[in-house]
Amino acid sequence: MTSVRAWNLVGLLVTAFIAVLWLTPLLWAVDTSLKPEGETTLVPLTWFSDNFSVEAFQRVFAQSDMLRWFLNSTVVAVGVTALVLATASLAAYGFSRTDFRGKRLVFGVVVAGIMVPPQVLVVPLYDEMLALGLIDTYWAMILPQVAAPAMVFILKKFFDGIPRELEEAARVDGASILRIFWQVVLPLSRPVLSAVGIFTFIFTWNNFFWPFLAVSDPDLMTIPVGLATIQSSYGLRYAQIMASAVLGGLPLLVAYVFFQRNIIRSVAHTGLSGT
Amino acid sequence: MATTISPAPPAPPATRAVPLWRRMPAGLLFTLPFLVFYLAFLVWPTVSSLFLSFFNESLTGTRGEFVGLANWTEMFGDSAMWSAFGNTVYFTLLSTPPLVLIGLVMALLTNRAMPLRWLWRLAFFLPFLLPASVVALIWVWLYQPGFGLVNDTLARLGLAEAGWLTEPDLAMVSVVITTVWWTVGFNFLLYLAALQQIPQHLYDAAAIDGAGWWQRLRSVTLPMLGRTTGLVIVLQLLASLRVFDQIYLLYQGTGGPNFAARPILEHVYTTAFTNFRFGYASAISTFFFVLIVTVSVAQLKLFPSSSNSSNSSKER
Repeated sequence: MTSVRAWNLVGLLVTAFIAVLWLTPLLWAVDTSLKPEGETTLVPLTWFSDNFSVEAFQRVFAQSDMLRWFLNSTVVAVGVTALVLATASLAAYGFSRTDFRGKRLVFGVVVAGIMVPPQVLVVPLYDEMLALGLIDTYWAMILPQVAAPAMVFILKKFFDGIPRELEEAARVDGASILRIFWQVVLPLSRPVLSAVGIFTFIFTWNNFFWPFLAVSDPDLMTIPVGLATIQSSYGLRYAQIMASAVLGGLPLLVAYVFFQRNIIRSVAHTGLSGT
Repeated sequence: MATTISPAPPAPPATRAVPLWRRMPAGLLFTLPFLVFYLAFLVWPTVSSLFLSFFNESLTGTRGEFVGLANWTEMFGDSAMWSAFGNTVYFTLLSTPPLVLIGLVMALLTNRAMPLRWLWRLAFFLPFLLPASVVALIWVWLYQPGFGLVNDTLARLGLAEAGWLTEPDLAMVSVVITTVWWTVGFNFLLYLAALQQIPQHLYDAAAIDGAGWWQRLRSVTLPMLGRTTGLVIVLQLLASLRVFDQIYLLYQGTGGPNFAARPILEHVYTTAFTNFRFGYASAISTFFFVLIVTVSVAQLKLFPSSSNSSNSSKER
């Protein structure tokens, strides 16, 4: 028995050690952001200062477009998430419950698309957006991210598992297929819809490569793209740089505190969708 | 359907009476909105990437001249391409083992009852929620010579400081450390979810047989995680091959000291958006595309049970 308790203690210590290691970069960033600019690079480094203040944050708000970036990220992430939920759930229901000529082939092509890494398509996609005249618009950032075949696949698998009797009952009552989808199927699918929605939102919010290419107008930059420009513009003002980093990471971390359970479930669910 | 049952007048053409969308099968209508996005922004770029690779396209918006296989032959003799290719493979081989193993260890540790378990799980997963730019800003600061926290800690421990972002030999190692810190939380969650699926009665049976902690791990836990491990490894390989964001941001697009940290996607980016050679960049990305699809297909062959598997969820 004592050996079991000893092992539990060892396990706890190892866990705590790794956790401290993992939290240190974040805590150090917050710590730096609260120091006066002159104290950030004083060697030997110390975690404490007699002059902690939020001055760096005030200067970030005054000098950068942080709020604008936040707004842009919100527009893009909400737009993509809404469009993905709408188009992917409709398509998934179509693949799951209806029949039309060529359905198997079309679904096969959609599933094959899961293997296509979007980063490999940036050159032709840029070419296409240029031809459409959409470069430097919200649409350029939003539209390509709506083509998410993995989400169709996940939703179809879920719909396949819903017993058909429920829909039959509604059909006998004379409900149209669209009405059945809206009033019977979607309410039953809340867990998977929230998983798909949360995952899409997090992913779009943090996406860097494509928005970075699609937009060069500072008024349209999202948080990841805007933050990529500050390293050079702030030079060696580390308190200000870390204040920007903290502000840039904060929205999702706050959201995480509120939706922790849902987020963990949705990441695990969408990540493991194949098994 | 139907409508034109009205007897006498020979033909108000039926096509006008029934609107187009009514004559289409309902299933097609359901899938149509998605298929429009899918064709326009996934299928078409895939096809046009191959197509562009045969042209001398630049960023002018006008179609360049047809050059046949010139881009392809140039690519296979391009030493910068091969070195970027080598860097990508190096990063993948260096990052995958720790990302899988540490994710597994974190999950095994926090799957047991222990005080403050929520806090430990939170600590492991939080970095995954940060955008790449935030990660890069923090780690550039940590890696600074002299007053960076990493070197300061090494000095306090009596070890030598290192030029994390300036030494060619360390350039990729630093990227791997940063990446492990940033994204291991994803693999941790996949493993944690899998551990919670293992039926308790297997452990009870093992306990009755007098199996200790190590025995249970070896004969119950690890075998039950086999499929998940296969999936995690493949997802990780695919994610690591596509590395771009954190490297571009850590090194400000320079490719690192001596280009020692320039991955293939950054080579594509530079070719297309700095040198404006869209045709040539398309050849490189098509080549890379084939490589990634090959890995994906190999996975389908290796793990047939999890067939249509996975998703494109990991982009890092």
